[in-house]
Amino acid sequence: MLRSTGGVVGQRRWYYPALAAPGILWLLLLFILPFYAIGAVAFGSRDQIFALPIPAWNPLEWQFDTFRSTAADLFSSSGLQAQFLRTLVYVATSVAICLVVGYPVAYYISRYGGRLKILLLTLMIAPFWMSYLMRMLAWVNLLTVKPEDPGLVNRLLLLTPYVNDPVNWSSGGVSHLTVILGLIYGYIPFFILPLYAALDRIDKSQLEASRDMGASPASTFWRVTLPLSKQGILAGAVIITLPMFGDYYTPNLMTASPENTMMGNAIDLALQGQGKQPEGAALTLLLSAFIGALMIYYLVSVSRAAKEAQR
Amino acid sequence: MTTAEATLPRETSAPRVGRFRSFFSNPWGKPRFLSVWTWLYIIWTIAPVLVAVQFSFNNGRSRSTFQGFSLQWYEAIWNEASANFDDTLLPALMQSLKLALLTMPVATALGVGLAIGLARWRGRGSGAANFLMLFPLVTPEIVMGASMFLIFSNLYHIKLGTTAQLLGHVTFSLSYVVIVTRGRLFAIGRDYEDAAMDLGASPADALRRVLLPLLAPAILSSFFIVFAISIDDFVISQFLCAQDCTTIPIKIYSAARNAGNPSLNALATIMMLLSLLSITVALLILRWFNRRQGTGRSAVEDFARFEI
Repeated sequence: MLRSTGGVVGQRRWYYPALAAPGILWLLLLFILPFYAIGAVAFGSRDQIFALPIPAWNPLEWQFDTFRSTAADLFSSSGLQAQFLRTLVYVATSVAICLVVGYPVAYYISRYGGRLKILLLTLMIAPFWMSYLMRMLAWVNLLTVKPEDPGLVNRLLLLTPYVNDPVNWSSGGVSHLTVILGLIYGYIPFFILPLYAALDRIDKSQLEASRDMGASPASTFWRVTLPLSKQGILAGAVIITLPMFGDYYTPNLMTASPENTMMGNAIDLALQGQGKQPEGAALTLLLSAFIGALMIYYLVSVSRAAKEAQR
Repeated sequence: MTTAEATLPRETSAPRVGRFRSFFSNPWGKPRFLSVWTWLYIIWTIAPVLVAVQFSFNNGRSRSTFQGFSLQWYEAIWNEASANFDDTLLPALMQSLKLALLTMPVATALGVGLAIGLARWRGRGSGAANFLMLFPLVTPEIVMGASMFLIFSNLYHIKLGTTAQLLGHVTFSLSYVVIVTRGRLFAIGRDYEDAAMDLGASPADALRRVLLPLLAPAILSSFFIVFAISIDDFVISQFLCAQDCTTIPIKIYSAARNAGNPSLNALATIMMLLSLLSITVALLILRWFNRRQGTGRSAVEDFARFEI
């Protein structure tokens, strides 16, 4: 009784691509093609009366005037340069502080969590699943200064001998710290999680080997643990850098001051305003080009890890 | 700072002063510093939110002076007779719920198909499709929001509003479903399916009668994860909204600084409870499954290891 398996093998060949097809089609139509639309609008023209964009879908018809002037604006001191540099400083500072604050936490939970590990992990993951906006609202509540009410943080500070007047968190030099605090508070859970995963994956026998060979705890940390967790640090840093570059709501919620606007605010303003769509699209393209390398780096390392897991 | 220490016999507890001094002479020697740091971190991440929740129960307008417990700000959401009734709050809650509930089945169905297809299909194009699937996870939301906004208004002519928001939510939650399902697929391996097919089942039968039942926990928990990320989303909802489609995060964004009163905190608290609840359900499903499988691993740990 020889059953022909030809049908089954034939079905096997198209069956799995067919299962994936609707999802792939969805992503092509609603993710890849929209990305192309950014280019079409940025390199298109606009009608003279309503300033509505006329996208150029044919790459042969692309015009680069708007794009060129927007790019020039980004680097001119009268234009967006300050905003661009501020974004860089905010992001770099926030990532650095996330590392300093987050590494010990991830390290402690992965190494010394013990009986409390599940509890600690749950508490660590919880903010991950609270809306970003809810968590920003919490800080707006704490920091809002009104004539009759300096806010909770100020009231605590006024109890100390160092602060005599309520601090206005949303103007002057402090406002930068307020926004950076918001960014750190918002994104640090996303940094700690991949870092924890990397630390947790370290084979403990490697640490014991280092100790057996006579390394001190400190040199074991610097020469074994830290190098082994480098991937996690990089993954965490990239995964929070990307959304921070596109952030516009954190500065708007934390201070709402023009002194604190970031790149994302410029994009938001141009796209939500009237007649500025091509400029907004050009800025989005410039932002994507700027962070594109980071995205590709992350994707390549993740898919390599996935392949190893599959093996 | 190593585990090697953990394997050493524990010191007999030193006198208090000595312990204090040893902390300062070598704070890294024992993880005391780390434990204090970790707990401070956790308090810092959670306390502000708890304060915000507390003030949703305030018996007064202030969001920084607690004047006693009351439910008036929750009543302000749905009770038209209430003195503080705000008729924009309930529609925001409804819009958020509507979007999340509609996104759940669409994203889960597409994502599970995509995950199975990608995991089992080894032909040409599978590498590119894998790459494509991961892209939405790393694309800043503003880029996704802007791109969909531009194509909806210039090419697809989809009016900004619920439909546009739904399309956007499905697009970004799709990849999460794939990640969750794929993790489970790797754990299951191909043996069961291969066995079914060796016994004469077609791939469709093997899928329906072997793989899908094994995947059920991942599918169910994807369902709830999609709910949570959809209800929390802000950027894409905002870019794809013109009017009458304000969700809770959009409402918080527009009202937090100016017209804020504790009813906003009440609304935010409801949203937070909904998403934490659905994540807990997702976790419990995975945990129940892990227990039954006897893998001995905690679902929380699995969650913490997500490679997103």
